[in-house]
Order: sequence, then structure tokens, then C-alpha cells
Amino acid sequence: MHDSDGREPEHDTHGHDAGVRGSQEPALAATRAPLMERELWRSLEDRGRTPAARVRVQAEILAPLAEPTSRRSFLQLMGASMALAGLGACARQPIEKIVPYVKQPEDLVPGRPLFFATALTIAGVASPVLVESHEGRPTKIEGNPEHPASLGATDRFAQADIMRLYDPDRSTVVMHLDDISTWANCTEALRVALGEQLAKRGAGLRILTPSVTSPALAAQIGAVLAQYPDAKWVQYDPDGRDAVREASRRAFGAPMSVRYDLSNADVVVTLDSDLLTSGPGNVRYARDFMRRRRIHEGESATMNRLYAVESMPTSTGSVADHRVGLAPSEIALFTAALAAELGVAGATRPSAALPDKAARWVVAVAKELAAHRGRSLVVAGDCLPVEVQVLAFAINAALGNVGPTFVVTDPIEVRPTAQHEELAALASDMQSGRVETLLVLESNPVYDAPVDLAFGDAMRRVPNCFHLGLYRDETAELCQWHVPAVHELESWGDARAYDGTLSLQQPLVEPLYDGHSSLDVLMLVAGQTGTVLDLIRSQWQVLYGGAGFEKLWRRTLHDGFASGSQFVPRGVELRADAVRDAATRLAGTSASGNEVVLRFDPNVHDGRFANNGWLQEVPKPWTKLVWDNAAIVSAAMAHELGVETGDMVELQTDGGKVEAGVWVLPGHAERCVTAHLGYGRRRGGNVAAGAGFDAYALSTTRSRWGGPVQVRKVAGHRTLVTTQEHHDMMRRNLVRRATLEEFTANPHFAHEEGPAPARDESMFKTFEYKGNAWGVAIDLGSCTGCNACVVACNSENNIAVVGRDQVRRNREMHWIRIDRYFEGDLNDPQIHHQPVMCMQCENAPCEQVCPVAATSHSPEGLNDMVYNRCVGTRYCSNNCPYKVRRFNFYGYQDVKTPVLQLMRNPDVTIRTRGVMEKCTYCVQRINHARIDAKNENRPIRDGEIVTACQQVCPTEAIVFGDINDPESKVAKMKRETRNYGVLEDLNTRPRTTYVAKLRNPNSELEAKA
Amino acid sequence: MPQIFHRSANSIARVSIFGAAMFGIGALFLTLAITRSSWATRRDTVIPQPVPFSHSHHVSDIGIDCRYCHTSVESGRYAGIPPTQTCMNCHSQIWKDSPMLEPVRASFKTNTPMQWNRVHDVADFVYFNHSVHVNKGIGCVSCHGRVDRMPLMRRENTLQMEWCLACHRHPERFVRPLDQVFNMEYDAPHDGGVLAKKLVEERHVQSLTNCSTCHR
Repeated sequence: MHDSDGREPEHDTHGHDAGVRGSQEPALAATRAPLMERELWRSLEDRGRTPAARVRVQAEILAPLAEPTSRRSFLQLMGASMALAGLGACARQPIEKIVPYVKQPEDLVPGRPLFFATALTIAGVASPVLVESHEGRPTKIEGNPEHPASLGATDRFAQADIMRLYDPDRSTVVMHLDDISTWANCTEALRVALGEQLAKRGAGLRILTPSVTSPALAAQIGAVLAQYPDAKWVQYDPDGRDAVREASRRAFGAPMSVRYDLSNADVVVTLDSDLLTSGPGNVRYARDFMRRRRIHEGESATMNRLYAVESMPTSTGSVADHRVGLAPSEIALFTAALAAELGVAGATRPSAALPDKAARWVVAVAKELAAHRGRSLVVAGDCLPVEVQVLAFAINAALGNVGPTFVVTDPIEVRPTAQHEELAALASDMQSGRVETLLVLESNPVYDAPVDLAFGDAMRRVPNCFHLGLYRDETAELCQWHVPAVHELESWGDARAYDGTLSLQQPLVEPLYDGHSSLDVLMLVAGQTGTVLDLIRSQWQVLYGGAGFEKLWRRTLHDGFASGSQFVPRGVELRADAVRDAATRLAGTSASGNEVVLRFDPNVHDGRFANNGWLQEVPKPWTKLVWDNAAIVSAAMAHELGVETGDMVELQTDGGKVEAGVWVLPGHAERCVTAHLGYGRRRGGNVAAGAGFDAYALSTTRSRWGGPVQVRKVAGHRTLVTTQEHHDMMRRNLVRRATLEEFTANPHFAHEEGPAPARDESMFKTFEYKGNAWGVAIDLGSCTGCNACVVACNSENNIAVVGRDQVRRNREMHWIRIDRYFEGDLNDPQIHHQPVMCMQCENAPCEQVCPVAATSHSPEGLNDMVYNRCVGTRYCSNNCPYKVRRFNFYGYQDVKTPVLQLMRNPDVTIRTRGVMEKCTYCVQRINHARIDAKNENRPIRDGEIVTACQQVCPTEAIVFGDINDPESKVAKMKRETRNYGVLEDLNTRPRTTYVAKLRNPNSELEAKA
Repeated sequence: MPQIFHRSANSIARVSIFGAAMFGIGALFLTLAITRSSWATRRDTVIPQPVPFSHSHHVSDIGIDCRYCHTSVESGRYAGIPPTQTCMNCHSQIWKDSPMLEPVRASFKTNTPMQWNRVHDVADFVYFNHSVHVNKGIGCVSCHGRVDRMPLMRRENTLQMEWCLACHRHPERFVRPLDQVFNMEYDAPHDGGVLAKKLVEERHVQSLTNCSTCHR
């Protein structure tokens, strides 16, 4: 990540190569070419291409884009290489040291990892995890299988957090202004500042924290406020739960928390919500949702149905049975109309007309919902206005969903507040000089607060600002004092998960730097001594005190959470006047003019992961963009603006203006442009630097998540790097799919292309697999394209980050990729995800062409890859029809930065330059399980080996196992009629097969579409 | 036209052609010989240690079992180098003032680990696991030799791949009953392989020679 970034200038000056496809084939014009029925396409440009053009474009993409090497330097390098080639082998292996413990910790067997349960938080909400620790060094994060919020899976953010722990850009020392200082100096300064405040009862003291669900932290803040009664505690997170809290306050009379139980829902309607892959509880939601959707032969053949109404297409929308793109203001109208159609008490039909399609939807969706009372669910996204939230509550209440699917509980935040109001009050207090001492604990408001608060300017007026954070970020820069924070894997803590389950955080490693936690700092402020652990224990004693506390504490420490602490559903009374009020307000609105849609980025979220190379390099679900954000528009809007992908536009709102590269995205709503937040970091670190533009500049208090915008084409070009045309599968029918109805009529639809050639129709000898035979089955219908598997694979297999420029040259190293295909209408396409990793062919084309036998067949059917044997001819990659082999064109791994060495999985070799690499079904995990089984002299049990991608998958789409064992889960999946292999006609006999995707459309909407 | 080359050029050409070929072959053999030599493999070379620990004394004179120090040999990838505490279990009582043991005492006192020099060092791209070998009935002696006769530790085998494969191809020649694994003096019965066959069947010993058994 920190090694190979030949970064590009902000605006591409040599537009000629980037514009090749743009200039020769105007994308929009080309798209008018008629499509074959049900043909799949990968990008706008691809849509209209003739086969010949496709070959040409592939050649362009594959050709290493102008990396100029002169003939002279080429000869010099080659000569030197020849001369020095043999010398590398002349060294004798140096003598290495063995450093045993002085006193070996209990339970530790060197070389055998231990797993500890803890939790990571985003905006205060806990994601429960198990962390793999090698001799005290955390290397991999997994979900906590026993925790209701995880069930063993995590999202992509939790996977990538290990890289944040070891990020070389983390802040390492206490800073005073621009000088390196010490913790002692900082505490002295804090003592003096607090001394002044003590006399004033803390009137000039403010504490800014993220949302707090932690009882210990809240109690500690309480202790501080007891000493400084006039001080104020402000919570702020850019995560937009404000509207949900406010809606709850209006509708139920109190700020309750809402969670969903998708295991009871037959019909789900999402309104601008990425329910399944973002936000609190997404991992559990995705699992419950997909479990209601998978069809196994011989069992009941019912599927739930998902309607997605959204502006920016999301992963959730990509698995919907029906999706409609509407601008946010239209979504508000849609909700109002839906409420009215359902006859919700107090609802009013809006006067403004909806687009035709949406109007048809209102009728059809209302009919479906009404037919599924108590078994349906309407989910409004966090970024929608309060009125829409209230109506969504009302619809659920009217449908009798409150309880079975729509669960209202006590708030998970200790003190639910209107965060944006509090922050505005803080800003105005600072502006007017009422704030003398400000403690900013692990927040970055200078970057992510609404621009009209001018938070940075206001902060400059505060004489004593103390900042605690992982990075010396935009906010830290303006504070007099900055203290490095500890990562959550370095500290004690507690937090509640989305359902209220109280989770305990324990340190996996001593703080790498001189770091402190929020609790640490607040103990200092309260003048307490002792340890954070004692503090948390005493707090838990308050909650769970009594005779058995020690036992409970140990149990909790082991499990990672207090079992049974999930919040119980509360009965609520819906206030009719709140509904009437919301409906009336919405009825008066209209949808006109262009809107900007500001949403958290699928990769870097609100910006907190901007310095994370793994997340930056993962292609985003719909756009397959990497290392950038863009002004995302529909094809029609691009046409209207006269722009194409890569052109620059200026977006202007009442908050400000930014220039952004355009990305034309099929399926995006009309009349609106999406800008993802979290990019354009000014002080985000070396990885974040130069990536994207700062969309927070458009965000104001009034229109926090978007509003009216003026879009104007401006000069310039930005090369937006995308992987959507990499590893082209040449439009062969690789994603097989059907509707539930078609499947019932023709269960063998996935095999219409005929059977694969016979096993012995090959000039090479056929392998016999007598023992285990490993295989993978992937359920295409379950894949949401959330990318958790890609990040998990990166982490498990020490996969290098190559940087923006190298990705542009088709050199990303991901062993598992998620191919994304569009189907059908340009403005309203269906989208299909297909995870592709090494297929471990039984007749592997790669093995036969390797001149040095660096890739060879194992008796269990793996295509072994021996890195120390590989000489880098790349023949194997050229011969791979699935395009799953990755070549190290450079030494992509940073082997010099010491802290990054800690991050690596010691069970997997670090590949060097000139070496081919690929997925081997996590052979290190296979070997571990095999050795364990052999030590116990028993066969390997089904489910004992889980690959990294399988383990993390929230929807259980990937299943690994022994296909020779007829009772194994994978063998059962492979026996389903929908199971098929990709490119089987080549007689490669792939071990990875796919279960064809099923969709459950509403015939009423399908017919008219 | 006069001859450009003198007559002797013929001989020179012959000699240099054959010479080059011989040189090439010689260089090849030399390379192969060097890579297998004890200089390159450090076979039978005593590597100096901070404390001249004698396996011979501790194993044959005192009779300490291998697993007293190498605790994880049956359960983990590494056999385990004993923590300083293990040494101090005895040496806080006996030889407690020996100057030879000063580094051990210093390590214990200052809580600083000992730094031993690795004697058995397989290449970094090899993922060797002790536990599976021990649990399948491969004796310590098979790889490490008669450590009970080594006053100072040395490597008895090359640890090169051809040496690994010699056993991986024919594990039946080396397996022994599980209760004999740590026996330094085990003598296999000369029964024409009857016991070996039984052991291979009982313990499901496989001949694993594919790459990912050791490399990944």
C-alpha cells in the first residue's frame, strides 16, 4: 500500500489513453445498438460493442499502458539481470535466532493461533468479532459465531480494521501545536485548563464524543459532569441516525431504537436504504434475509420478495426482485402515496405526481403489503427526512408489523440526542467564545460536520482544544494538543450491538504507540486513578452485580458479550397527530430540479476508512470504481448535461461547490447526482491523499444528505479507475438465472447448453481422487456483492495493495473478484454478482503449460501454487480461461515498514516480484485442519475447514467442503439441479461451481415493465 | 591471399570448445556439490550458542524426556524451545552459581528472552509441522539423529527437499510405534515390514508428496 503508488495528478493531463474508449466510441451512442435477448453487459461501453470491438478493447486494457522504458535502459537491465541471475542462489542461509519466552503464557502453543472475542465499533454500535492472535499479535478478524449480531460473519469494514491497527500513518506521539510533546506535558496542560473550569463549574468545558452506547463510557462522562455541572457533553457522528431518532420521538413519544427481524418478513420494501450491507445490524439482516430466499430442492419452494426504491443503487437494490430509481424527493412522495394507498390513518395523498413507473409501483406494492400483514416490512434509509421515517413507522404499524418484523426497543444509545442540533449549538458556543476548553474524543468534525457550521473556524476561537484520535487528522490539526488514541484492539471497552446486546472489548495487544483511550482521558479529567479495566469492571458490577459476578465476568470475557442482554421489544403507541403532520408536510412538497444525493461511500464509509488500502482498492459494488468517488448520474442525465464518464462537472449547493469526475451508472435515478462522502481527505494519511473529492463541502445542516444542486459541465478530465472491464469473460453466458416461476416450470434451466464433455475426453491423464476432494459451491442468488469476502481474502492471504495506477493497468491482486453484470434496459437494468476465484480445475489449463512445475495438481484436486518455484513466465495466466491468476509485476508488498510485518498471516508466504499467485481455497486452513484430524487419527469433518471468504460471508453464499463426501453441505449443493460449472464446455472440470440465481418477481409489475 | 589464422589456431579452437564444455559440466557438478556440501547445509557443523547446552548430558546422563522441554512437539507446529523458566526449574537449585549459566540467570532476572541460534532451519517457504510427524510415529531420531550422543547440538541431516522426499515417498520405512517415538535407541524389528505395514494402516500414514503439503 505504501510502496507502489505512482500517483497521478488530480486531473489527467494525458487524456489520450484514458479517453480511447470515450473518443472512438461515444458510449451513449453505442448503447443504442440492439441487444440479444437477455444478454449480459459489463459497462455502458460494452453494451453496444461488436465482438470485434470487444477484442480490441480487451487488447487495449491488457496492454501495459505506456510505462516508458528506453531501449538503452532495457538492455542495461537485461544485461545486469543475466549477469546477476545466478548470484542470488550463492548465499548460504544465514543463521537465524530462536527467541523463546522467559515465562511462557498459559494456553499458548507457539504456531497455533488463539482467538479472543471482542468488538469493533462504528458510530458507537458494536460489531462483534473474534480476533486471531499469533503469539500476541492480532492478524485476522472474524465474526463472533455466538453473537446475535454476527453469527460468525462480519462486514467489509470489520475485516479491514486490522489494517487500521497496523496503519503506519497512525499518530504515534503527543503533539503540541506542531511540536512533538509528551503525555506528561499534555496532562499538565489539561490540569491547568480544568483548574480554571472547576471554579466556573465547567461552564466553558465541552466534551465531544461519537455516539455512546457504552455504559462504562457514559458513566465516566457522568462522573466528569458531576464535577463540572455546567459543562456540556456533545455526541456527534456523521452517521445519519438523527432522523430515525427524531422520527421515533415524534411518532412514539420517545427516542426508541428500531431493528428489523427479516426472518419473519415475506415482503420487504426498502426506501433508499442499503439495509443488507451498511449500517447497524446489516450482517444479521443479510443472513436472515437470504435464509428466507434460498430454495432447496425437496423443501418448500417459497421466497421472500424485496422491492427497492432508491436513488443511488446499492447492494441491497442489486438483489431486489424489483428496483426503481427515484430521486430522494420522489421517494418522499412515493412513501406518502404508499401510506395513503394503504389507508394509513392520517396519511394524505400528495398532490405532486409521481413518475409513471413509481405510480404503478404504489398500487402493486400496497397490494402486496396489504396481503402480508404482520409478515412484511418497510424500511426507510437513515438519510431520508424525518417525515418519511414517521410514515414508514406508520405503515409498519398499520400493517401490524410492529413486533414480528419491525422491532422497537429501548434506545441503544445511552443518551439519544439530536446530534446535529447539539453540534450546531457547540459551534455557535465556540463562535461566541463561550467555550474555553474542548475535548474532542475520537471524532473528526472539522472534516465531517456540515459546512455551514464552519466548525474549523469556530474551533480556532477555543483557547484549549485537546484532541484524541487514531490519526492526526483535520480536527487534530486545529487543536493545541493532540494525543494518539489506542485502536479498539489495544484497549478495554464495552459497547452495545444493534440489538442492544452488551459486548465487551478486550485488548489483543499492548498499545503499539503511546496511545490512550477515551476512558483513559476521562478518568484523568475526573481526577481518578486506577485502570480502565477496573473502571469497566466496576461499571459492569453496577449492571450485573451480585454473588456470581466473577463467573459472569469470565464468561463474558470468553464469549465477548453478556448473553441475554439483547433489548426486549417494547410495545409502542403511534401518535396519530405525528403521522398526520408528517403526511401533510410531505403532501405539500414537490419534486423538481436536480438534487444531489450525499451518501456514505460503500468502501471508506464516512471517511474513517479513507487511509485503508484494502478498502480503497476493493471495487465498489455497482460502479467497480476504486480509489475514487465520482459524480454518479444516470445515462439520461449525462446526455442532458452533455457529459460522459470522466468529464468534469461542478456541483453547487447552498453549502459550496466541488468539481467532480462524472460516472454514468445505469440504474441510477433521474434528476439526481450521487456524491459519496468520505473522500478528499486533506489530512487523512498517505493512502487517502489524492483520492477523490470532498463531498462534505456540499452538505449543510438543512440539506445534510443532499438537496437542490446546480450541475454544470466544466473543462478537464479525471481518469476514474474501474475494474469493470478487467478479466472480461467475453459475454459468454456465465450467470445463469431464472425467475421462480420459470424454475418451477423448468428445473433444469441452468443446463440448457448441454452437458460438459466426458471426463476422459482429454489428452491428459485423468486424476483419481480417492481421499478428500475439495470443492466450492456459490449460491449466486445470495451474493449481495458486498465485498466482505474480497477484504477477508486480502487479510487471510497477505494480498498486496497495488495502488490506483497499477489497478488502472489491470494489475489488481485480488484472488477473489466479484464480477458484476448488467442485464436489460439501460436505465433500469438488472444486476448480477458473480464471485470468481480460482476454479481448481480438474483438467487445469494452467498446470499443463508451466515450464517449471510451479503449479501442479494435488491428490485432493487443488491446483497447488508453489511460489518459491515460480519463475514468472505467466504462461499459466495466459492459459487460464477464468482469468484468476495474478502476477506480481513489482514488489507490491511493503516488506520494509516494520509495523506492517506484524499484520501478515504467518501461515502464508509473502510473494515477491515476478511471482504468479492465486487462490488455493485457503490451503493453509486445509492443512491445519488436516493435521489436527491426523493427530487425532480421524477423518476431517464437514465444516471443519472454512475458507476465509466463506467464513466472512454474511449471506452464506459460499460453501466449501469435500465433494467426495455425499453428506457434506457442498456435495448436497452440487447435487441441486441449478448447480452448474462455468465454461464447462472447455472440459476444465471446475471444482468451483455456481448455483443459478433465482428471482421472485411480482407478475403484476413484471408484465407491465 | 595469406592465411589469416596460424595453424595453431585449430588446436586452440579445439581446446577451447572442449574446454568450455568441460568447464560447464565441471561448474554444474561443482554447484551441485556445493549446494549439498556441509558448508552450504551446515550439516554436522556445531553452531555456537550463548550457553553450551548439552543434549547428551540432559538426555542420556540424566534421562530427561524430550517433551519436558519441547512441550508443544505433539500439539503444535514447533516443538517449542523451552522458556527460561524451564531451565530455572532445575538450575535455581543445581549449578546455580555456574558461570556457564549466567546468561540464563540474567535472562530470568531481567525478563529478557534468551537468543539461541537455530540449528535445524528449514527454508522459510517450507511449512513444517512437528505434531503430525510425531503423532504418525516418526521418531525424533529420524530427523534429528542421536541427540543423546551430541554434547553440542548439530544438524545431522541436510533438511533439503530431496531428503524430506526420501521419507515422504516411503514413510513405512521410518514409522515406529507411538510409544517408541521419543526413544533414542529404538531398533525396528527385522520382520520384513510386517509391523510397519500394520502401523501405516492403523495410523493412516499417507505418502504426501504434493507441493501444498509443505509449500503455500
